[in-house]
Formats: sequence, structure tokens, C-alpha cells
Amino acid sequence: MTKPAIELPVEREINTSQMKVSDEVAIQITGMNKWFGTFHVLRDIDITVNRGERIVVCGPSGSGKSTLIRCINRLEEHQSGQIIVDGTELTSDLKNIDKVRSEVGMVFQHFNLFPHLSILENCTLAPIWVRKTPRKEAEEIAMHFLEKVKIPEQALKYPGQLSGGQQQRVAIARSLCMKPRIMLFDEPTSALDPEMIKEVLDTMIALAEEGMTMICVTHEMGFAQAVANRVIFMDQGQIVEQNEPREFFNNPKSERTQLFLSQILGH
Amino acid sequence: MSDTSAPSVAFVRDQMIPEQTPPLLEKGAIKWLRENLFSGWLNTILTLASLAVIWWSLAAIGPWLLNTVWNAESLRACRTILDGASGACFAVINDRWHQLLFGFYPTQHYWRPVLTFVLMIVALAPVLFTGLPRKALFFSAAYPFIAYHLLWGGSLWFPVGAALGFVAGYVAFVLVRKVNGLAAIFAAVLAPVFWWMFMAGPFDSVMSSVMPLGLEFIRSDRFGGFLISLVIGVTGISLSLPLGILLALGRQSDMVLLKSVCVIFIEFIRGVPLITLLFTASLLLNYFLPPGTSFDLILRVIIMVTLFAAAYMAEVIRGGLAALPRGQYEAADALGLDYWKAQRLIIMPQALKISIPGIVNTFIGLFKDTTLVVFIGLLDPIGLSNAIRADTNWNGIYWELFIFIGALFFVFCFGISRYSMYLERKLKTDHR
Ligand SMILES: Nc1ncnc2c1ncn2[C@@H]1O[C@H](COP(=O)(O)OP(=O)(O)OP(=O)(O)O)[C@@H](O)[C@H]1O
Ligand SMILES: [Mg+2]
Repeated sequence: MTKPAIELPVEREINTSQMKVSDEVAIQITGMNKWFGTFHVLRDIDITVNRGERIVVCGPSGSGKSTLIRCINRLEEHQSGQIIVDGTELTSDLKNIDKVRSEVGMVFQHFNLFPHLSILENCTLAPIWVRKTPRKEAEEIAMHFLEKVKIPEQALKYPGQLSGGQQQRVAIARSLCMKPRIMLFDEPTSALDPEMIKEVLDTMIALAEEGMTMICVTHEMGFAQAVANRVIFMDQGQIVEQNEPREFFNNPKSERTQLFLSQILGH
Repeated sequence: MSDTSAPSVAFVRDQMIPEQTPPLLEKGAIKWLRENLFSGWLNTILTLASLAVIWWSLAAIGPWLLNTVWNAESLRACRTILDGASGACFAVINDRWHQLLFGFYPTQHYWRPVLTFVLMIVALAPVLFTGLPRKALFFSAAYPFIAYHLLWGGSLWFPVGAALGFVAGYVAFVLVRKVNGLAAIFAAVLAPVFWWMFMAGPFDSVMSSVMPLGLEFIRSDRFGGFLISLVIGVTGISLSLPLGILLALGRQSDMVLLKSVCVIFIEFIRGVPLITLLFTASLLLNYFLPPGTSFDLILRVIIMVTLFAAAYMAEVIRGGLAALPRGQYEAADALGLDYWKAQRLIIMPQALKISIPGIVNTFIGLFKDTTLVVFIGLLDPIGLSNAIRADTNWNGIYWELFIFIGALFFVFCFGISRYSMYLERKLKTDHR
């Protein structure tokens, strides 16, 4: 049985010079459990993420991937165990939650841009109201990141006037404007056409090259292979296997992982 | 012309066709008529029937309107002038317009409601049109106190004292917020209440003795006509929107107690006819209030009308909130916006935009419902039309009064409606 080549849909060299994993812990999850009513979605999750790590989370639909990363910025509440983000433990204390949220950026599958605000206003809103950045400065920061995601010329348009790929890049820029130390991505490309997937992945790769700590839920195995330093495979609310990408793809240990990979890579 | 008729397929035009006028049938008006009014036999019949109805109505009303008598001091004088012909007697408006507008407000003080009205336009402008300088909003904030003083008069220090209550609330909020957010809200509520209960009265009397300023006091029972409709309508409209927003948010809240209070309030108010609430305002409130407090009837009516409209408003806004995708809340949360900032910057602007038609419906309904106050003895325009008829001079005159009143209401309601359409166009940014 020969493995099919996993290809990155983006033609570019990846510059790994700044992609360094430090010893400093960014996120520490220990013995975390979560229930929706009586349904046990997340079971005994233990993950340690060091600063600079790029982690890809994959697994079948309904395995709890979204729920897991949504727990990291408390969009979902966990019922037991511990989540410590950047030294702040997530409890029901609103101060801690706000602190964590302002340091963790999140990108959603459906972009969730604010349709009543222009692209520029989408990007400056949180810096102005949460970080208290003066408007002028916030606009400069926003333009800087819009240039980074290669759409500065759209700044005065509204989200409804942009293509899906452009909207997702705006969403990434909007998160970056808060200067987060950690970025979470929940299937950022799965609502997009292939052409647009490229441009969004390109943006994410650029981010990884700068040494951002990232956790991505994605089915883009090419991206995982090229960028991630660790792949986590989840099924039925638990972590079934994790490994560095080469080992993970070429030599999966668990049967579930093998089955999943064979399905997703299409034999 | 026919020399191009060579047997070959090759063709060269040697003469250009000049522009021609379209055939008569396809021309503007006739084309339009054919397409829109006479496109089939059913449409033709309907068109003819409508024309007949329009003709009959015009034939009945037209001469009556055209034959108007503008100057006469009584209905009898009108009839003499008309001498048996059919004609309107708008002389009654000419004679009594000031009553229809101001009720029994003292004539020498008419400038006060007029000035209040003009200032209202000034105060509303920056609220309604965002293009105007934002500084003007300070005047809008001060306007309610100015309007109160202009309309009712009395000591100038009374509305100033009332306004200071809000200032006290704000100061308390800012001071306590540094310590604790929830305590700050309590402080913001308690400080003004404390001020109004214990300080505002002494403040008023001390300042009045030091510097007696003020306008002549006009009692509420002198108010009437459109003045009363506008006072109740405008106050009700501007208070019911914020109250409705709070009720809608309360109804969505996770706090069980708050939620049930809001639900019970909304369902109770919506389940009761407005007229019952107005009777409650005029009769029952007196029993509940401590004896000796005289609580102005207009104020009571304003409270009831506001509560009534707020309950409807809350449901309209809840509809707008429900139409927002969850992702908007999540994105706001993920960016670190707290509840109130998310509501103010993300959720409400969108929810309110969706709800504009419903909100405007409620506004217009509220404004027209102000005519119900006639049943508790306030002299709104309808009440005054009765009062005018009670005068032997104008006994038996109906249409002219009602047309005038209807036209005035129409102007306001139509204005509100046009403004809402302008707003919807302006806020349309989703490009769907
Ligand atoms: N708010 C909720 N209430 C109840 N059950 C929920 C809720 N959200 C998710 N679930 C359930 O939890 C499980 C995990 O959901 P989750 O969205 O985390 O899956 P996922 O791995 O992200 O799947 P997908 O790849 O389809 O996005 C699913 O079975 C889902 O039905
Ligand atoms: Mg998911």
C-alpha cells in the first residue's frame, strides 16, 4: 500500500527560520472534561502547547474539535479540569476571561465579520474599545495587517462586498489587530472554494513563519504536513493520537487514525 | 432604394437608415397606459371601475372643498354665506386653530410651546442625522429639561435640580467603576434617587431664594390640543425605545429572576388594552401613591403610554435579536468585548436595523394612540373638537375639524415613515 503524496495547495517555499518552539508554555490543559447536558463531548483532555508551536487538530465530524478550541477562549465553558492560557486560569472570573480573550485571536469557519461595519472599522473596533488604542493609531495598525493579508485596497468596503476568501483574510487581520499571542483557527477554509483556500492558507503560512503560536482545526493535510509541528487526532471527544506530522501521516499508530487518514486522503 | 437587390448573398449598405420616431402605440404615455391599465379585459374593467369611484368621490368632495368659507364667526354665518350651496366651513379652523394646537394654554404664553417645538427640531436633528456635529448632542441631552421648563414653567431651579440628579448618577458611576462594575451600576441608580429625594427640594428652595429665576407656572389642565399629543407622543417615543431595548435584553438574559420579571411585565402589558392602563393612570395611581403627593395627570399618562409602547418595542427588538446569527455574539466575545460593549457596538446596531419597520410601526401607533387620552378627560385634539362643538356657534360641525386633525396627524406620521425609509436605505450595508 503506497501512501498518496500530501500536497500543499500553495506553491511557495516555506521559510522556517523563525519557526521556533520555545520552552515557555503558552496553553496548558489538564484533565479537562466537558458535557453538553448529559452528552460527554470532551473527555480527559491533556494538552500542553509551547510558545511558537503550530498544532493541527483533525478528526471526524462531531469529534469535539471545535468544542475543544472554543474552550480555550471560553466560548464554551468546561466543567472539570484546568485550562491555563498564558498563565491565566480560565474560571468563571470575568476578568480572567477578558484577559485571555484579548490575548487569543480566533478565526471562524464562517468569518463572522460585522456586516454593518466597514472592513477598516471591523479591524479597529476591538483595539479601540478593548485596548483603548487611539483611533488614529488603531487605523494604522489595521492598515498594516490588511496589507499583510494583501487586501489594503478593500479597507473602506463592507464585508458583503468581498469574496469569501477576502472575508476570511479580513477576519484574520481583525484578530491580528489585537496583537494576540495565540491564534485559534476553526476550519478557516472549509467554507471556501479551492482558489480562495489558497489565499487563506497563504496568509496562515505567513503567520506561522513569523513564529505565531497557532492551533488550527483543519482538514488541509497539506498545510498540516508543511507547517504544523504537531498533529492531534481526536475521535469521540478524546485525543486518540498525536505526533509530529511526518510520523503521523506516514506511520499512524492507531487504527482509528489509519481509517480516518485513508478516508480523508482518498485511496 | 432597391438597387441592392443583386442575386448574391454579399451585402453592402450604401445608405444608412435615419432614426425614426417609434410607432404611436409604443410611445410613452400610451404605451404605459396599455401596459399598466388596459393590458387585458379584466384589467380594463378594474381600471374603468376605479376611475368611476375616483370620479364619484371627487364629484362629491371637490365642490364641497372648493366652495370653502374661510371667514365666518359661526356655522350659521357659514350657511348664510353659502346660501344653500354645498360647501365646507373651514372658518371654524380659522376661528379656533389656536385651541386645536394649544388647548387652553394662556394666549400670551403661546411663544413657549412654539419655542419648545422649534428647539425640539434642533434637538432631534443631531439624533436623527449622524452627519451633524456630535457636539450638538449635548443640547439634545439638555432639551428635556429645557422643554419642561418652557412648557410648565415655575422655578428654573426645579429642572436644573432634576438634571443634576443625572449628573450625580454619572459621577457616582465613574467614581465607583474603578472599584467594582456591579457596584457602579447600583451607585449610578442610588445616587440620583438619593439626590432627588433629599437634595433636589432644598436645592430648589435655596437657589430660588438666592436667585429667583423662572417662568410663570402653567398648570397641566391648561394643556390641550396638539400640544398634548406631541408632549405625550414625543416623550413616549423617546423613552419607550431605550426601555424596550432593556426589556428585550432582560428577556434574553440568563438571570432567571430578571428574565421572569421582564417576561411578566411584557406579557401583562401586552395583554391589557391601553385604555385600561390610562384609566388606571387617572384613577388608581392616586390610591397607590402616598397621600398628599399630587402626581400630574399628564405625567401619569406619559408613564402609562411609555410602558405600553415599551412592551411592544421589546418584542419587536427581540425579533431583531433573534434574527442575528450566533456567530456575531461569538466574534464579539472572541475579540474581548464585554457584554455592554458587544451589545452597543455589534448586536444592537444590527438588531435595531432589522427591527426598523416594527419600531416605526410602534412609534406611529403610539402617536395616534395619544388621542385615547380624551377618555380620561385630557383635551387632546379630539377632545377639543368636542369642546368646540359644545359652543353654540359651532354646534353641528364635524368634517372640517376631523379633516384638520387628521391632516396634522398624517403629516407627523408620514414624516416618521419617510424618515425610517431614509434610515433603512442609509444603513443598508449588507449588499445582499
Ligand atoms: N451547543 C451544543 N449543544 C449540544 N451539543 C453540542 C453543542 N455544540 C456541539 N454539540 C455536539 O458536540 C459534539 C462535538 O461538536 P463539535 O462542533 O465540537 O464537533 P467538530 O469536531 O467540530 O465537528 P465538525 O468537524 O463537524 O465541525 C457534536 O456531537 C455536536 O453535536
Ligand atoms: Mg467544528
